[in-house]
Amino acid sequence: MADDKSKHDAEHAEGHGKREPSYLVAQRGLKSWLFTIDHKRLGLMYLGSTLLFFFVGGVAAILFRTELLTPAGDFIPWLLSHLPTALGGTGGDVEAAVAQSATTYNKLFTVHGAVMVFLVIIPAVPGSLGNFLLPLMLGAKDVAFPRLNLLSFWVYTLGACFFLYTLFAGGLDTGWTFYTPYSSTTGTAVVSALFGAFILGFSSILTGLNFMVTIHKMRAPGMTWNRMPLFCWSIYATAVIQVLATPVLAITLLLLVVERTLNIGIFDPAMGGDPVLFQHFFWFYSHPAVYIMILPGFGIISELVAVHSRKHIFGYKAIALSSVAIAIISFIVWGHHMFVSGQSELAAIVFSFLTFAVAVPTAIKVFSWVATLYKGSIQFNTPMLYALMFLFTFSIGGLTGVFLGTLSVDVHLHDTYFVVAHFHYVMMGGTIIAFIGGLHHWWPKMTGRTYSVWQSKWAALLVFIGFNMTFFNQFVLGQQGMPRRYYTYVPQFQQQHMMSTIGSYILFLGLLWIAIYLLASLRRSAAPKEPLPDNTWGGASLEWSTQTPPIEHNFHGQPRVDTDPYNFPQIDRTGEVDHH
Amino acid sequence: MSTDHESPKAHRPEGAHEPHAFFAHHFNTPDQQAGAAKLGMWVFLSTEILMFSGLFLAYFIVRMFYPDMVLAAHEHLNKTAGGINTVVLITSSVTMALAVRAAQVGNTPAIKRNLLLTIMFAGVFMVVKYFEYTAKFEHGMLPGKYYTAFEHGYYIPGNPHIFFAVYFCMTGLHGIHVLVGIGVLTWVYIRASKGHFGPNYYTPVENVGLYWHLVDLIWIFLFPLLYLVR
Repeated sequence: MADDKSKHDAEHAEGHGKREPSYLVAQRGLKSWLFTIDHKRLGLMYLGSTLLFFFVGGVAAILFRTELLTPAGDFIPWLLSHLPTALGGTGGDVEAAVAQSATTYNKLFTVHGAVMVFLVIIPAVPGSLGNFLLPLMLGAKDVAFPRLNLLSFWVYTLGACFFLYTLFAGGLDTGWTFYTPYSSTTGTAVVSALFGAFILGFSSILTGLNFMVTIHKMRAPGMTWNRMPLFCWSIYATAVIQVLATPVLAITLLLLVVERTLNIGIFDPAMGGDPVLFQHFFWFYSHPAVYIMILPGFGIISELVAVHSRKHIFGYKAIALSSVAIAIISFIVWGHHMFVSGQSELAAIVFSFLTFAVAVPTAIKVFSWVATLYKGSIQFNTPMLYALMFLFTFSIGGLTGVFLGTLSVDVHLHDTYFVVAHFHYVMMGGTIIAFIGGLHHWWPKMTGRTYSVWQSKWAALLVFIGFNMTFFNQFVLGQQGMPRRYYTYVPQFQQQHMMSTIGSYILFLGLLWIAIYLLASLRRSAAPKEPLPDNTWGGASLEWSTQTPPIEHNFHGQPRVDTDPYNFPQIDRTGEVDHH
Repeated sequence: MSTDHESPKAHRPEGAHEPHAFFAHHFNTPDQQAGAAKLGMWVFLSTEILMFSGLFLAYFIVRMFYPDMVLAAHEHLNKTAGGINTVVLITSSVTMALAVRAAQVGNTPAIKRNLLLTIMFAGVFMVVKYFEYTAKFEHGMLPGKYYTAFEHGYYIPGNPHIFFAVYFCMTGLHGIHVLVGIGVLTWVYIRASKGHFGPNYYTPVENVGLYWHLVDLIWIFLFPLLYLVR
C-alpha cells in the first residue's frame, strides 16, 4: 500500500520494542492531575465530570418519569414525605408534600434539562474526546494554549459549583430556557443558575478558542486541511459556533440577572420591556448551541463508520464542508423557536425556509455515511453498533425536525411531547449515542484497558431498546396533544406514558451497565498482561500510530503526514488488522 | 537581535530560529507560538465584540420602542465629560501603539514610558467616569426600580429607567474592561521592566495592545450612541 511508506516514519525510526511510560503514569500524585496542562489528562477529567453530571441529570429524569407512570401525581408527594427535611423533603408531613409536588416536578425537569444541556452535552464531546484526540489526530504535542485549557476546566468546575449551589438553595423551576417574565419573578434560585450558565459559557468559549487556534496552527507537517480526520473538522465547526454564539448567551444571562435584581425593564413587560426580545437573545445562542451539541457527534460517527467498515470515507470534502455549512446556517434559524411567540409572518416564513435548509448539509452527511457502509467490510464491533444505532435514531430525530420547522404543523405540535421526542432523538439518540460509541472506540487508547465485548454488546442493545421505547411513542403522545412539562395528564395517555417510563428504566439500566463494565476495566486486577497494541481497530489517523496509552508528549519525534486518514491498510478478510 | 534575556531553554527543535526565553515546548518554532497567540487574541476579540453586540442590540430595540424617551433622557448625560473621555481614550491608543513599536525595536525605556502613559490615561478615563456616575446617582438617574430622578426635580417622560439601565449596563461593562485593561497593562509593564521584550519576543505587548484598541473602539461607538443621540 502507498500509505505505509513514510506516514509513521517517526515511530518506525524509534522502533516498536521500546516503551516509554504513558501519560497516565508519567507523573504521579493528585496535584499532577488537578493542575495538569496535558490535554489527555484534561480530557479524562472532563470525561469523569461530564459522566458524573450525566448520572445526576439521569436520576432526575428517572424520578419524574416515575411520577408520570400514573396520572395521579402521587409519586413525588410520597417521595417528599419520606425524605428528611435536610434533603429537601418534608419529613413525614404529607400535606406539605402534596402542596409542593407540582413545583418539585418543575424543579426536577429543570434540573434534568439544565444539567444535561450546560454540564453534559455541550462540554462532553469537545471537553473529553475533543481534548484527548485533537492534538493526537493533528500530530501535535498539545493544544495551542495548554494553560488556558486547564483554566477552562476549572471554569467549568466553578460553573458546576454554581449549579450544585442552585440545587441546594431551593432549586430552579424555570425550565432550562429561563423564559421571562417567569424567570424574572419566580422565587427560586434563578440568579445562581444564571451565573452558573454564564460561567460555563466562558469555559465553552475558552475551549472553542483553544481548539480553533490549535487546528489553525498546530497541524503536523503535511497535515493539510483536507488531510485532517473528519472529527477535527467537526470540532472546528463546533469551535466556531462556541466562539461566536456563546458571548451572546453571556450578555443575555447577564441582562436577565440585572432584570431580576434591578427590574431594568428590558425583558419584563411590567417595566416596559419585551419578553420576546429575551427569546430572540436566548435562541440566538441556544439554537447554534444545538449544533455545538451535535456536530462533535457527527465527527465521531465519521471516524467510526469509516474505521469499522474498513473503507475510505465517502465524500470527505462534502462531510467536512457540510459541518462548516451547518455552523453557518445555525446562526440564522433561531426564529423557528418563536413561531407562536408573536413574530411577523414574513420572519416566520424566512426562518421556516432557513430551517429546512439545515436539512441539506445534514442529509449530505447521513447519505455519505451510508455510502461509506456500502460494500464496506463492516465489522460489528461495539463502536460500530453505536454508529449504526446513531444512523437510525438520528435520522428520526432530524426528519421530525422538519415537521417542526413547518409553520402550520408547528402550531399544532409546539410545546407538546412531539418536541420532547424530537430533541431527545437528536440529543440523546444523536450526540449521546455517538459519544458512547466514541468512548468505546477510543477507550483502549485513552486508558490502556479493554472492556468486556459481550457485555458491551448486550448493554448497547438495552440502550437501543430502552431509548426507543422511551421516546418513540412520545411522538404519538405529542401529536395527540399531550403538552410537555405537565406533571399530570388525562387518563387516556396512561398506557403510552407507562411504556415511556418502563423504557426509561431499561435505558437507565443499560447506561448503568456501561458505567459498571467500563469502571471495572480500570481496576488494577483488570490490567492487561501485555500492553495493548497501538492500533486497536486498524485506524489510519495519527492517534493510532502512537503508543497505547500515549506517552506524555504524544509522539516520538514529529509525525509527518503524506496521505489522508482514511487510506486503510489492505483489508484482511479474516477481520484481523494488518500490522505489516 | 535582542540582548536582554537569559539563555534559551533546552528544548530546541532542529531547524528552528533561535528560541527566546519564553518559548513553550509544545510549539515547533517561535513563529508558530507568536502566530498562535495572535490568532487566539483576534478570536477572543471577536467574542468581545459579540458580547457587546448584545448590548448594542438592546440599545437599538429600546431606542426603537421609545425614541422620544431616549432623546429626552440622553440630554441628562454630560457631553463634555464624555467628549473628554473620548479624547483621552484615543490618545491612550496612540501611546499603546507607540509601546508596541518600542517593543518591536527593543527599546525597553520607551516601552515602559508609553505603557505608563497608557495606564495614566486609562486612570483619567475612570476618574471622569467616577464623577459622571456620582452625578447620576445623586440625581436618582438609576436603572430599573432604583430610578428616582423625579424626586430630584427631573422629569423625563416615558420609561427613562430603561435608558439609564442601558446606559449603566453598556458603560459599566465597558468600564470593567478598562479596569481589566489597567490590570493587564500593569502586568506587561512589570514584564517590560524585567527586560522580557525585544524584537524576538513582544507578543504580550502586542496582544494587550490589541485588547486596548478594542476597548477604545467600543467607546468610540458608545459615545455617539449614548451621548449624541440626535
